[in-house]
Amino acid sequence: MKPAPFDYLVARSVREAVSALAERPSQARVLAGGQSLVLEMNYRRERPALLVDINHVPGLDGIEVEGGELRVGALARHRDFEEPVARDPLGRLLERVSRHIAHPPIRARGTMVGSLAYAHPAAEWPAVAVALDARLELAGPEGVRTVRAGEFFRGPFATARRPEEMITGVRLPLLGEGSGVGFVELRRTGASFALVAALAAITVEGGVITSSRVALAGAADRPLRVRGVEEALAGDPPSDETFAGAERRAALEADPVPEPHAGVEYRRHAAGVLVRRALERAAEDLEVNS
Amino acid sequence: MRIEMEVNGERRALEVEPRRTLADALREDLGLTGTHLGCEHGVCGACTVIVDGEAVRSCLMFAVQADGGRVRTVEGLASGAGHPLQRAFRAEHALQCGFCTPGFLMLLAAALERDPGIVRDEERLRELLTSNLCRCTGYEGIRRAALRAAEEMGR
Ligand SMILES: Cc1cc2nc3c(=O)[nH]c(=O)nc-3n(C[C@H](O)[C@H](O)[C@H](O)COP(=O)(O)OP(=O)(O)OC[C@H]3O[C@@H](n4cnc5c(N)ncnc54)[C@H](O)[C@@H]3O)c2cc1C
Ligand code: FES
Ligand code: FES
Repeated sequence: MKPAPFDYLVARSVREAVSALAERPSQARVLAGGQSLVLEMNYRRERPALLVDINHVPGLDGIEVEGGELRVGALARHRDFEEPVARDPLGRLLERVSRHIAHPPIRARGTMVGSLAYAHPAAEWPAVAVALDARLELAGPEGVRTVRAGEFFRGPFATARRPEEMITGVRLPLLGEGSGVGFVELRRTGASFALVAALAAITVEGGVITSSRVALAGAADRPLRVRGVEEALAGDPPSDETFAGAERRAALEADPVPEPHAGVEYRRHAAGVLVRRALERAAEDLEVNS
Repeated sequence: MRIEMEVNGERRALEVEPRRTLADALREDLGLTGTHLGCEHGVCGACTVIVDGEAVRSCLMFAVQADGGRVRTVEGLASGAGHPLQRAFRAEHALQCGFCTPGFLMLLAAALERDPGIVRDEERLRELLTSNLCRCTGYEGIRRAALRAAEEMGR
């Protein structure tokens, strides 16, 4: 199908974009990479009256380490992460994750922030954001507010963003040397979203896991940080036995939504297996890089 | 809206509604029907064209977004002695019905012009080829054609 008619505005600044959104909040949409929005419009599931194209707002494509954080601007594309963007293990994690998102032509245009705004329950970046408890910057008519990823995602395609707000960037904490990272996913084809994906970052000191961050995509109605797994890992060695325990716990903590290609029990099982594998990868990563 | 873009080296000005996708503008307004449309949701890759050096889905982009930009379509490959990819596709039987071919040619043209060395990394080449769908030839001929073209382009 063809999209329904709309007005098109090229915003030249964040202020211009936000005031355009504020004028017609429920009818306006931000156009970033367009790799989800244009598709939704082609299906006519989305029929915005106004598109605010932010691709020409200067300064939004930055990816910089600032203090202990990586700040990613709203126009950083998936592809920009295919080479590590930081010396920290976070750079390796983002590299691995980015290579799993769709395929090269989509990655050349789609943005990390657009993926957070879209909030597909099986998308990779939202799972990264909740695992790291990233902070999103939302610019509205009254100024900028910051929302933690844990509070940002409210359900499938639902977020804490107000219709008159634009996301200008996201801040991800660095993991610190001594962390290992792993990412795995289960997908039927390269052209669709993953069925389930898992990521893990662990820090090991004196032979035991001192901290961990573990999250799943496609295992609930929103990205899921599996805190029960993280708590159980603390103080245990990074061993097969520990990871088998994490597998069982993750399967219990997952809360999959039924869908045509995978039933709830299947997804629950897959979530456990993927968490174990992500942890195994993280332990290997730590060995290789230390 | 009035827009201007360079299409296959020629300046073209046209009047489009904002909802006109780049694919439709190329096909309907400029008569460049070499760019095909399959799924119109980013999956098949038949509509792949090169915008400012980047292979993109022209079904997931509005023509107004290409205002001031440089667009290359499959028609642009055919000038002069043709592109190494065209010769390679013929030599390796990398097409049958040809529906997917313009998309694969543009996908590969962008990738090889950026770095012909991509074909030396089997995994990267495989990943690149999964970007587009071919429902009849199969991917082996297309893979071999990519290798052959890269060899010619790397010389
Ligand atoms: C064939 C195909 C396969 C795909 N596979 C995957 C996959 O495996 N994993 C995955 O995660 N994604 C996948 N995607 C989606 C892709 O990653 C999108 O790029 C991403 O979901 C959205 O980013 P975007 O920049 O393209 O956003 P857009 O499409 O421009 O926007 C998406 C939504 O977010 C809003 N938005 C965007 N940016 C902002 C902002 N700065 N502030 C406020 N609102 C904003 C828009 O208004 C819109 O509602 C796939 C897409 C296709 C076509
Ligand atoms: S028609 Fe654009 S990807 Fe299928
Ligand atoms: S040649 Fe027929 S679909 Fe590829």
